[in-house]
Amino acid sequence: MATNRLLPFKDYGGCSIVGVMDQSGRLFGGDAVIRAIANMHERSNGLGGGFAAYGIYPARADQYAMHLMFDTAAAKAETEALLHERCFVHHAEEIPTRHHPNITGEPLVHRYFINIEPDADRPFMDEDDLVVELHMHINAAVQDAFVFSAGKNMGCFKGVGYPEDLGAYFRLDEYEAYTWIAHGRFPTNTTGWWGGAHPFSILDWAIVHNGEISSYGINKRYLRNFGYERTLQTDTEVIAYLFDLLIRKHELPLEVACRAMAPPFWADIERMGEDEAAQARAIRAVYGGALLNGPFAVVVGSTGRMIGFSDRTKLRPQVCARGGERLYIASEEAAIRTICPDPDIVWHPDAGEPVVGELNVGVRAR
Amino acid sequence: MPEWLTQPDFLVERDPERCIQCEVCVRQCANEVHEFDAELREVFSDSAACVGCHRCASLCPTDAISIREVELEFRTNANWSPQVIRNIYRQAEQGGVLLTGMGNPEGLPIYWDRMLLNASQVTNPSIDPLREPMELFTQLGKKPARLEFAEDGALQTQIGPQLELKVPVMFSAMSYGSISYNASEALARAAHEVGTYANTGEGGLHEHIKPYADNMIVQVASGRFGVDVDYLNAAAAIEIKIGQGAKPGIGGHLPGEKVSADISATRMIPEGTDAISPAPHHDIYSIEDLRQLIYAIKEATRYTKPVGVKIAAVHHIAAIASGAVRAGADFVAIDGYRGGTGAAPTMIRNNVGIPIEFALAAVDARLREEGIRHDASLIVAGSFRCAADVVKAIALGADACYIGTAALVAMGCHLCQKCYTGKCNWGIATQDPYLTRRLNTNIATRRLTNLLQSWGHEIQEIMGGMGINAIESLRGNRDHLRGVNLSDRELQVLGIQMAGE
Amino acid sequence: MKRIRIYEEHCIGCGLCEVHCLVQHSRSRKIIRAFREERDTVLPRVQVERDGYLSFALQCRHCDDALCIEACMTGAMYRDPETGAVLCDTDRCVGCWMCIMACPAGAIQRGTEGKVASKCDLCIGQDVPVCVINCPNEAIVLEDDDDE
Repeated sequence: MATNRLLPFKDYGGCSIVGVMDQSGRLFGGDAVIRAIANMHERSNGLGGGFAAYGIYPARADQYAMHLMFDTAAAKAETEALLHERCFVHHAEEIPTRHHPNITGEPLVHRYFINIEPDADRPFMDEDDLVVELHMHINAAVQDAFVFSAGKNMGCFKGVGYPEDLGAYFRLDEYEAYTWIAHGRFPTNTTGWWGGAHPFSILDWAIVHNGEISSYGINKRYLRNFGYERTLQTDTEVIAYLFDLLIRKHELPLEVACRAMAPPFWADIERMGEDEAAQARAIRAVYGGALLNGPFAVVVGSTGRMIGFSDRTKLRPQVCARGGERLYIASEEAAIRTICPDPDIVWHPDAGEPVVGELNVGVRAR
Repeated sequence: MPEWLTQPDFLVERDPERCIQCEVCVRQCANEVHEFDAELREVFSDSAACVGCHRCASLCPTDAISIREVELEFRTNANWSPQVIRNIYRQAEQGGVLLTGMGNPEGLPIYWDRMLLNASQVTNPSIDPLREPMELFTQLGKKPARLEFAEDGALQTQIGPQLELKVPVMFSAMSYGSISYNASEALARAAHEVGTYANTGEGGLHEHIKPYADNMIVQVASGRFGVDVDYLNAAAAIEIKIGQGAKPGIGGHLPGEKVSADISATRMIPEGTDAISPAPHHDIYSIEDLRQLIYAIKEATRYTKPVGVKIAAVHHIAAIASGAVRAGADFVAIDGYRGGTGAAPTMIRNNVGIPIEFALAAVDARLREEGIRHDASLIVAGSFRCAADVVKAIALGADACYIGTAALVAMGCHLCQKCYTGKCNWGIATQDPYLTRRLNTNIATRRLTNLLQSWGHEIQEIMGGMGINAIESLRGNRDHLRGVNLSDRELQVLGIQMAGE
Repeated sequence: MKRIRIYEEHCIGCGLCEVHCLVQHSRSRKIIRAFREERDTVLPRVQVERDGYLSFALQCRHCDDALCIEACMTGAMYRDPETGAVLCDTDRCVGCWMCIMACPAGAIQRGTEGKVASKCDLCIGQDVPVCVINCPNEAIVLEDDDDE
């Protein structure tokens, strides 16, 4: 329904988040992450849930897997015409689903494996830029169509309902990934819309988010300076775009990017060594528009990497654990223990401190 | 010719039951309203000379004096208001341009009052600034669009000189000459104590104020008074003044009688000569000329200090500000039409320029559109009355505010608008030694410091309520503003939503 | 001891110190009544000296080597052992005016009420003298005497 596109400016709410990464690169099924997020059932209210999985399309790892939802057949036709005009579509198919009694009002969900030829007239736009442009164009301009994700060898599955029901609906137990992130939503002021559920994604970045970004107004304007303006509808999307901007476009080291989003307090900077303080001051001077203020805890997925971090006063819960080769990040320890009853270590990261899981040296993101 | 058509603006009433004939009022009024009749042993008051500055009433030990605006004795007429009629009488009698002081007092809309701020409820915890960090620290100056790091993770990008403010409020340009030395010194000392900046205006940098130069912005204006290489290098930053909100397009004139030996030495002009600041800089007739001056100053200061440009908020402000940024300004100060002045033609002050709220919204949006917002900081001026105005301005997109009138009020100014007469009974806008000593610099410094600190606390409280603990998350964050009593078009220019949306 | 220090550069010559001193030393200590009833009988013990724009308020300096005490033949002029203030015991004062002759500051006057000397008593019973409290420009300040 077209009216559902009028999302609120911000996605208020409580929410549960969880992320599991196998750093050895071993693929594992979606049932684990579904059980973990189901454990935190009380943190969501049935108005949204979703998953992102990395490593699920190894056979098409060089193609962008565009997950799309359509409310109408017309939207599907229009989008497909656009895709065929702009891209090379290697393969298209309906995303397999399984009927679930609690999931209703489901849209059409399809995936397209695409590549885009570089545009000779715009030599500064690489394929990633062109995919981002297409992604934003569809979301902004094509009525009743919405891109869930468009990254390589990954995909987002999301909708209205409890996350465990959506996991069953999307048959995630049949996929295998090395990273799974999941979200259960507790929006306080919006009727659910499938596109509005988490994760939010751009290229291979996918974000699940518990919190509210009070700095959203400036973050969105800051991102507009760099061309991210077409579909900014929620504060979670802002985080995804910030990661894309800071890491892909500005090529900042990951720790610096996280520091830009959750910088140390000036009082702490004063106590730092000279070089570190100089760096922190520079970050705060230049990336003030990227500072995420307000309560949040996020899990961010990208190719070969999973990052958890929270706001600089840690106003939302986040707990981490490690068990064997797996890194776990979740809103509650109980969720982790549901799927990893005896972790090697459990810890509560400091406010603003990023927790980064990367594939072990020598392991390629398949 | 008698001024028979001019009625007094004020009526001074003395309660005979309370007056003790102590003559304090007589000694305090530079306008000679009060007179002691030695024969009758009684003080009498001549209302005609009263400017309504309240100095006498403030010091009267028995509260025997009250001053009322003379009530309307003209036939009611919405078009020909008493003020308009009086202005005509005055001009018919005296000829010449009507002069006035302070900012525009007309009842034009104050858009700050039509914008309301946000606060957190439930979904987002508010923050108590008394218990948790609440950062107001602000850096003003050009910043790169992005940082670059070497392979080994070392920071490669050099960031140019920045002004560092502990409170995002500075004292705007008020020259020694337009205000007394004591007022100048108090502003400099308070800026130093609080950790912000005071602007010299075009009055030069007085020898005794040089110890506070690290907290001073020096101005280069069209008269170039007081400017030499030491002046530029002494300061924390340099501001090229193109225009002023109270009198866009108009220069300045300090009459020779005010150019004392001390002012002459500070401004580097002969004693007793008129100090005339031309309307334009006669070496800046175009934007490329401005660029030349900006870079001449940067060369003279070896690129160690931010160089900014102050412009009045006029119709094409967005394009002008963008030009100034592209010309190399590290900060742009925009002065709105309610900005104050020591002296301006009344018609100019009341009718030229645009509200700072619109100017700021338009400039911030324009610089972002052009992708050059990081190239310069935005300072806004033009009647910031309270901490809420400052918060609203920062949410609209400003980096910091300049306050002039509010600072004067903190020092005792009662907004009588007679700065240009040189008879300021509060010792602020005067060079008369009998009057200037009324401003004890220790008291004035303390009061200014208190003002900035209390505004700082209020800004922190408001930010905490919003759930924001760093000012950069407020800056340009228009989501925290909502409009009331605004048309769609006004909301659109301000770039904010309607209350309830 | 605490002493009144005068900052001449801050004195604005308003005369409020005199007004409040008179009230303080009146019978009623009510400003309007004091001026109505006792204006001609009570003297302010502080005097504002004026010359053009220069002015300062002068009251007894309560000197360490008080010449007035030495000059007093009846022993009326004495130093309060607690506060260090130089005071005049009006019961003993016979109005010989030797203190006035001796005072280098000219801070003692002939009293108008009886033939006794009139001088600053640092507002006996008050922590801070009224001239200090009421000076609008902090030109009269009570400071610790650090020189001792």
